[in-house]
Amino acid sequence: MNCTKCPTSTRAVIGLPRHNAAFCKACFTTFVHEQVARAIKAFKMFTPEDRILVAVSGGKDSLALWHILLALGYRADALYVNLGIGAYSEESHRKVRHYADTVAASHGAKLLVHVVEQEAGAGIRELATILHRPTCSTCGTIKRYQFNRAAVEQEYDVMATGHNLDDEAARLLGNVLHWQNDYLDKQSPTLPASVEGFAKKVKPLCRLSEREIAAYAVVNRIDYIVEECPMAKGSKMILYKEVLNRLETESPGTKQRFYWGFLDKQTTPAPATESMAEKDQRTLAPCDTCGQPTTAGTCSYCKMMAKAKTAAQPRA
Amino acid sequence: MLVQLSHPHRQVEIKGPKRTKELLRELNLVMEAHLVIRGDELVTEDEILADADQIEIRPVISGGT
Ligand SMILES: Nc1ncnc2c1ncn2[C@@H]1O[C@H](COP(=O)(O)O)[C@@H](O)[C@H]1O
Ligand code: Q46
Repeated sequence: MNCTKCPTSTRAVIGLPRHNAAFCKACFTTFVHEQVARAIKAFKMFTPEDRILVAVSGGKDSLALWHILLALGYRADALYVNLGIGAYSEESHRKVRHYADTVAASHGAKLLVHVVEQEAGAGIRELATILHRPTCSTCGTIKRYQFNRAAVEQEYDVMATGHNLDDEAARLLGNVLHWQNDYLDKQSPTLPASVEGFAKKVKPLCRLSEREIAAYAVVNRIDYIVEECPMAKGSKMILYKEVLNRLETESPGTKQRFYWGFLDKQTTPAPATESMAEKDQRTLAPCDTCGQPTTAGTCSYCKMMAKAKTAAQPRA
Repeated sequence: MLVQLSHPHRQVEIKGPKRTKELLRELNLVMEAHLVIRGDELVTEDEILADADQIEIRPVISGGT
């Protein structure tokens, strides 16, 4: 497979069925940067003057996001929250620190760190046990709180997370399956600083799939933690993602149409709608052959039968 | 070829030459959820992998909440 963009047709490193394209390393990096730039612009996320705080977990998405924002020339610092989940937290912390020292520092960007154990006296798992709450919900509350607090206290203009197209499509699927209307409103890639004390929150990777971001990290030699948080095993989100990926494999572009279609519907106000009955009265009239309602002069049934009869005539 | 897999971390030996696509199918893995890396370079689904190649199949799905 060769790059579909290069005039010299260099060997491609990734095929993108949903875009009918394949890219070499350089063109793929450009493609990813363009997708992020388009999301930033379309959802009015931030400007080059803004100070951005990126929540970085050590995984592919958030490290790639930090990398891309720095490459595009934005002023982006990062916040790592050490959750105290044994070897997983130690390893992810090392990856983040390594990236901050070897790459981000040369852009003048710095890393902030919050250690849960230092403030709460215990790691996430112990806290969850004490509180009789599921670990991931305890974790979610703590992360959201710390992201917002750091952004507000350190006076960042906006707080960015590495949520990607798969995260958002899977969350949307979950919310739709259970008709979680309140949550549907919060699925926009830009959430405003609605009240004093709330930081503006953005998801600049919302146009890129998980696979594309992982590929970007490999191509650009970003050293991220491949292992998963041990608590993620068997989660509903992973199930939704697997289901969506099966659909995506059968019909490329499904995830994108699902999530972007939802965003389109959300941003374009619904037109004053006529009722189904009103629409039928306006568009339907009796078929000139059989009299049943149709939008055409002759209904599709009568057309089909007429055609079948002609075709069935024995040839003379 | 020696193929390295994650979740859990393990290695399997698969006979080459073989296209990336066929390797994934044989292991029952979907392309959309994995990257295939030869040495330290990404390869596309139509690439032919040789018996002597060192391959890593890296999952890309993540997420808890
Ligand atoms: N421990 C962490 N420290 C800082 N940011 C995090 C942490 N965990 C998750 N994030 C952020 O939240 C986003 C979604 O995380 P996840 O729910 O793990 O997919 C990531 O892309 C990061 O931006
Ligand atoms: S994204 Fe996730 S980090 Fe936290 S404990 Fe681990 S799975 Fe659950 S929520």
